[in-house]
Amino acid sequence: MAKVDLARFHATFFAESLEGLDVMEQGLLALEEGDREQVHDIFRAAHSIKGGAGTFGFPEIASFTHVLESLLDDLREGKRDIDTELTELLLRSVDVVRNMIARAQTGEPLIDSDSDSLLHELEVYHGISAPVESVGTSAAVSSGGWQIVFRPHPQMLSGGNDPLRLFRELQGLGPLQVEVEAEHLPALASLDPETCVIGWRLQLDAQVRREQIEAIFEWVEGECELVIAPVASADTESATVTDTQPNSDLAAATAIKQVLTMQAEPGPVRAAPTVALGESSRSIRVSIDKVDQLLDTVSELVITQSMLNQLGEDLAESRLEVLREGLAQLEHNTRELQECVMNIRMLPISTVFHRFQRLVRDLGHQLDKQVRLDLHGSETELDKTVLERIGDPLVHLVRNALDHGIESPAQRRAAGKPEVGCLRLEAFHRGGMIVIEVSDDGSGLHHEAIMSKAVERGLIGPDDQLSDTEIADLIFRPGFSTASVATDVSGRGVGMDVVRRNVQALGGTVTVDSVVGQGTRFVITLPLTLAIIDGLTGIVGGEHYIFPLVSIIESLQLQAKQVNQVPGQGELFRFRGEYIPILRLHNLFACSDAVTSIAQGIVVVVESDGRHVGVLIDHLAGQQQAVIKSLDNHYRRVEGVSGATILGDGSVALILDVPGLIRLAQRKTAA
Amino acid sequence: MNNALSTPASTPAPAVVSIPDPGDDTLQSASVAGQYLSFILGDEEYAIEILAVREIRGWSKPTRIPNAPPFMLGVLNLRGAVVPIIDLRLRFSVEKIAYTATTVVIVVAIGKRQFGIVVDGVSDVLDVSAEEVCPVPDFGVAIDVDYLRGLTTREDHMIMLLDPARLAGGEVWDLVADKKAPEGGVNL
Repeated sequence: MAKVDLARFHATFFAESLEGLDVMEQGLLALEEGDREQVHDIFRAAHSIKGGAGTFGFPEIASFTHVLESLLDDLREGKRDIDTELTELLLRSVDVVRNMIARAQTGEPLIDSDSDSLLHELEVYHGISAPVESVGTSAAVSSGGWQIVFRPHPQMLSGGNDPLRLFRELQGLGPLQVEVEAEHLPALASLDPETCVIGWRLQLDAQVRREQIEAIFEWVEGECELVIAPVASADTESATVTDTQPNSDLAAATAIKQVLTMQAEPGPVRAAPTVALGESSRSIRVSIDKVDQLLDTVSELVITQSMLNQLGEDLAESRLEVLREGLAQLEHNTRELQECVMNIRMLPISTVFHRFQRLVRDLGHQLDKQVRLDLHGSETELDKTVLERIGDPLVHLVRNALDHGIESPAQRRAAGKPEVGCLRLEAFHRGGMIVIEVSDDGSGLHHEAIMSKAVERGLIGPDDQLSDTEIADLIFRPGFSTASVATDVSGRGVGMDVVRRNVQALGGTVTVDSVVGQGTRFVITLPLTLAIIDGLTGIVGGEHYIFPLVSIIESLQLQAKQVNQVPGQGELFRFRGEYIPILRLHNLFACSDAVTSIAQGIVVVVESDGRHVGVLIDHLAGQQQAVIKSLDNHYRRVEGVSGATILGDGSVALILDVPGLIRLAQRKTAA
Repeated sequence: MNNALSTPASTPAPAVVSIPDPGDDTLQSASVAGQYLSFILGDEEYAIEILAVREIRGWSKPTRIPNAPPFMLGVLNLRGAVVPIIDLRLRFSVEKIAYTATTVVIVVAIGKRQFGIVVDGVSDVLDVSAEEVCPVPDFGVAIDVDYLRGLTTREDHMIMLLDPARLAGGEVWDLVADKKAPEGGVNL
């Protein structure tokens, strides 16, 4: 057989399998709720993963999903009923396959102790209620040859499958007798040559293993009715192709595992935990509608361009008006094109939201809490990059809500609330931003507990007077956790500050409000895209620098007497009850002709990682949206600068990187 | 923000300092023959491989990059791309003069990267054959002439053929990352 390089299809296989696993997971959860129809979707998903894995050289995944598929087949045919135990088993299998795929991507061995033990569990589970398997296994090698009934579905030929090729391959195993079942053959006049209307009965006189025959029919599986039975056995009914899992498969797979080193996709792939969120892939699936829209816009642009071209060839003064119109048209097209392209990067948040059903279900079981998950605005779209990175912070918030927010059924009953708690995830657009709310109807934040904890941790002084908002804000401080015992779920004191940092890294903000006894609500506000930021332009020595608006707390003018000198360190001033350092941008960036007296300049107070710093600039020039351009495309990274943007007059302005500025200042002070 | 252009694969990595991009043989020192764009800088004439030239444009003031070496004038907007501009006078330690309306920026592309060089004026396009190129004499280790590909003569004056990859690769992007930099000799 010609050697085809399958590695280039691997990325697609991984992506499709992961999608398939998502379908299975969603389906299983719905199935548990009583939606019987889901079983077909689940089966189909498992089947295509198995097929793909076999084709693309991942026999471990194929043999695992094969067992899974057999179980699902029983379920589909009503031989078995779904119960919690089976759902649990199947959900865990989904996780195992997902891990296997993750390992395949990084080129690690696919099988680990988890997958081995689960495979065994699955086989045992399958074996208990399907004793026929033992018959199938013992007959794996039939001494008297094999009887094969092969009835293709009418469309099988359109998939490029040629029955003759199959027979020829079977003949390679031993002497073959072929008998045609031509009962369904229509009259010649009504015969469609592209459909397959006949079936075959085959007898193979060879001492071969069942898998060898199965392997030949692998490509047509699902497109035909296939019965393989040993000639000696009269029981052809139960020994269908999907009904066996010879243990030798596993042994073979283990052996293969050692020889096979998988070609992995380059790039970091995070090990998939129970909830695999935030995996980034370098490709994107775009709906045809969006592409069509892009094409339409481009064709309009081409028309405008040819119109302008024509105008340019014969430009009289009288036609200036037409030119102006044409230019306006061009501007319109350009803006539309920009929107279209941005739109292509936008994906619905449902991809992230839907994974929470599983998380909430599993956590609810684990914590003995009853929780209903309400999803709203799943169709809200946001930038792919933002979407990939918002998963982890949301997982934190959801876990927190389940662990600390929603009470146990008994406590809820005592408080006069329904036993089933409600966790609500909502996403919507507001003023060019995406808002994601995570709210629960649990016990809310206990201000006293937070205060005493904060005092204990030394985050605030015992006599500090804080407003409710400030108290709620304390939970985002590093090293803060109110749970007295660190549970499995949350409470290691690294939760909320990580959430805040991750959200800020995306240029967003996160706030919390809460009513004791009624619930807590976290509000995450994110920019629609990472390609454009809102910025405040500051001028230093005639040069424009842009502060990302999200990092700005306040800008103010200081009196000379408000500034205190610390010998050898620099200048400080008092801001909202704390002393914060002043960073002179003109010093850091060696700007000439800048304002050097603090009293004459403006101090912009910025925040980074919970620290406040005042940045001295000459004056502010107003707010604007900035399209971020990378500096390292043509140059390299510059410390203290996150990128550049192009101003309305065509000149370039640099966008400040606040954490980088602080590092730069620290180095300068240390030197 | 980081798009494909900034991946390490497309970066003229420090390796370029010693070995020009093997994928682009027009830049290999071996094939010196070809068409060159010559330009004036002070009293001398230089020339650069014409295939590396993207465009020639008038002078406009770039945006300064903080804490960059002096010859790195800053960045300019080149049809949406932010491109660094190098003053060759400062780069070659020729006395600095004021930028005027006749000052010209030659935009050079090496691989996917672009940069602009400020010169006094563009003079001609030259056809240079291999026989016309003389090797650069050895000035001793003290003088860095890596960026010179060779010398040629036109009407009794010398024209220095520049190697754009070396001009940029070793001296611009990797200046700080370069081994020379940590001593602080070049920066600031």
